[in-house]
Amino acid sequence: MEFREGIPGPAAIGRPFPGSPEPAAGGRDGQPGLGHHAAFAALGETSFANYVAATQPHLLPGRMFDAPRGPEGRPMTPDALGVPHGTTIVALQFAEGVVIAGDRRATAGNVIAQRDIEKIFITDSHSAVGIAGSAGIAIEMIRLYSVELEHYEKIEGVAMSLDGKANRLAGMIRGNLGAAMQGFVVVPLFAGYDTEEPDPAKAGRIVTYDPTGGRYDEWLGYHAVGSGSVFAKSSMKKLHRTSADLQTTLRNALEALYDAADDDTATGGPDLVRRIYPVVVSITGPEGAVRRSDEEVAGIVDRIVADRAENPGG
Amino acid sequence: MTMPFYSSVDQLLRDRSELARKGISRGRSVVVMTFSGGVLFVAENHSTALNKVSEIYDRIGFAAVGRYNEFEGLRTAGIRLADSRGFSYDRRDVTSRWLANTYAQFIGAAFVEQQKPYEAEICLAEVGETPDGDQLYRITYDGSITDEPQYVVMGGTTEPISAKLKDVYDGGHDLGEALASALEGLQVPGSGPGNGTEARVLGEKALEVAVLDRSRPGRAFRRITGPVLRNLLPAANRGEAADEPNVRGGDDAPAAGGVLPENGTTGGSGKPPSLN
Repeated sequence: MEFREGIPGPAAIGRPFPGSPEPAAGGRDGQPGLGHHAAFAALGETSFANYVAATQPHLLPGRMFDAPRGPEGRPMTPDALGVPHGTTIVALQFAEGVVIAGDRRATAGNVIAQRDIEKIFITDSHSAVGIAGSAGIAIEMIRLYSVELEHYEKIEGVAMSLDGKANRLAGMIRGNLGAAMQGFVVVPLFAGYDTEEPDPAKAGRIVTYDPTGGRYDEWLGYHAVGSGSVFAKSSMKKLHRTSADLQTTLRNALEALYDAADDDTATGGPDLVRRIYPVVVSITGPEGAVRRSDEEVAGIVDRIVADRAENPGG
Repeated sequence: MTMPFYSSVDQLLRDRSELARKGISRGRSVVVMTFSGGVLFVAENHSTALNKVSEIYDRIGFAAVGRYNEFEGLRTAGIRLADSRGFSYDRRDVTSRWLANTYAQFIGAAFVEQQKPYEAEICLAEVGETPDGDQLYRITYDGSITDEPQYVVMGGTTEPISAKLKDVYDGGHDLGEALASALEGLQVPGSGPGNGTEARVLGEKALEVAVLDRSRPGRAFRRITGPVLRNLLPAANRGEAADEPNVRGGDDAPAAGGVLPENGTTGGSGKPPSLN
């Protein structure tokens, strides 16, 4: 009898104690998954990603990835497949926390794959992740990551530490290395608020990653990933100070995205015709992670555009 | 090779039932009830760290009585199953009906297959869009499942509490009124461990309170603690908790109650009971 959820019965995770004999495949009486050895009854495991890996590995993003092969037998590149690509994400630390923002464009080669894609995800009450790179895998990875954080919080009764969150994301990117080697790279940018840190000016944190899962804390107060990141970083280097307040930081983030879109073809600027604006999330101690309303973002963008009309260099 | 003594299936299951029932009735009680704003969980629990009430999913909460290590395993399993289904399907596809059925099968299978049944009883609650959509499921040690329209009382001595709630329950209550009526039930004479006949007063420190808040989007589960809880409690309950009668029992009873007498009133020496 197949268990309803499709859990394939006793797996390594389902052993009640280390060293205890592994139950016979198929479980007792041919009822896998219903006894005490069922994977969901395993002891001490708090990671949802590990649970999925042990029970439904096919659901993991990028796992056992084998890119389709072209006519000559070589693996096809993401561009040849027409896979959408996310572009520019910026994160800025400021006096009360951290702001993370991203443009709305996804590209596939020279084509705009989507105009209003959302690449910033609020992953729990005090963290958010922006994604650049192969959009499909990245979105799936962040979906898993959000459940991972919530799962831990529910089982443990307390939220994961900020460094724990940053490390879990590193582990997931490392799991995608096989796909990354074939060009399906995911490069997230993590922004979080450390609720254990008493000083709000130091509580906002930015963490970046490389495709092998390397984790790098950014202590200089700003960072960007994606194709337009060079221009965005130059913009923030000149504009942003970590002593800034929330309103100034929101404006700096949108200025940086404007500059990225100005010089990078793959980054989308604010679409005034369709009223599509960047997604901006602020994370502060009292409010946690909040997506700024479209009205608020539109107001700031309109002022930036008006200022740029007078001086295109900003 | 020695042959085990024959015992009939009937006798085996009866023994297991008795063991489980005794274990569950030794603990302190939990009340789960619907009210106008959602679902309220009130547990008599003197521990601040070991919870009896927990979040399972967006609109689903969990309450349990009995042996902590056993229902903690059940709680974790529920969270895993719910998250797993929500991840592979969609968040809306995680329903309390599905999860309650899964629990019932799991606990029922353990009851007939394992040496020792679960000494635990659980309640799975889901808050709906409207009060009509609220669902409470009670799952007992043998995998029996019932859905209750208004309230569920589990653990300890349930009869006097149920009888009291029958009088005071009203689905139209707001949170404060619902909490007051749940307390009236939990404090009714004869409900405490040791079956003391005097009415008790349960203070903030003796209570674990949580709600599934209908008005909250997404994750509806919210614990009510500290000053918020104090302000919600009826005036009589805002002081310190009544002294615990010195009884061996409650949630810290040993597995299968050792071989203590039924009423469990030997004074809690902490020594393992002697078998002869």
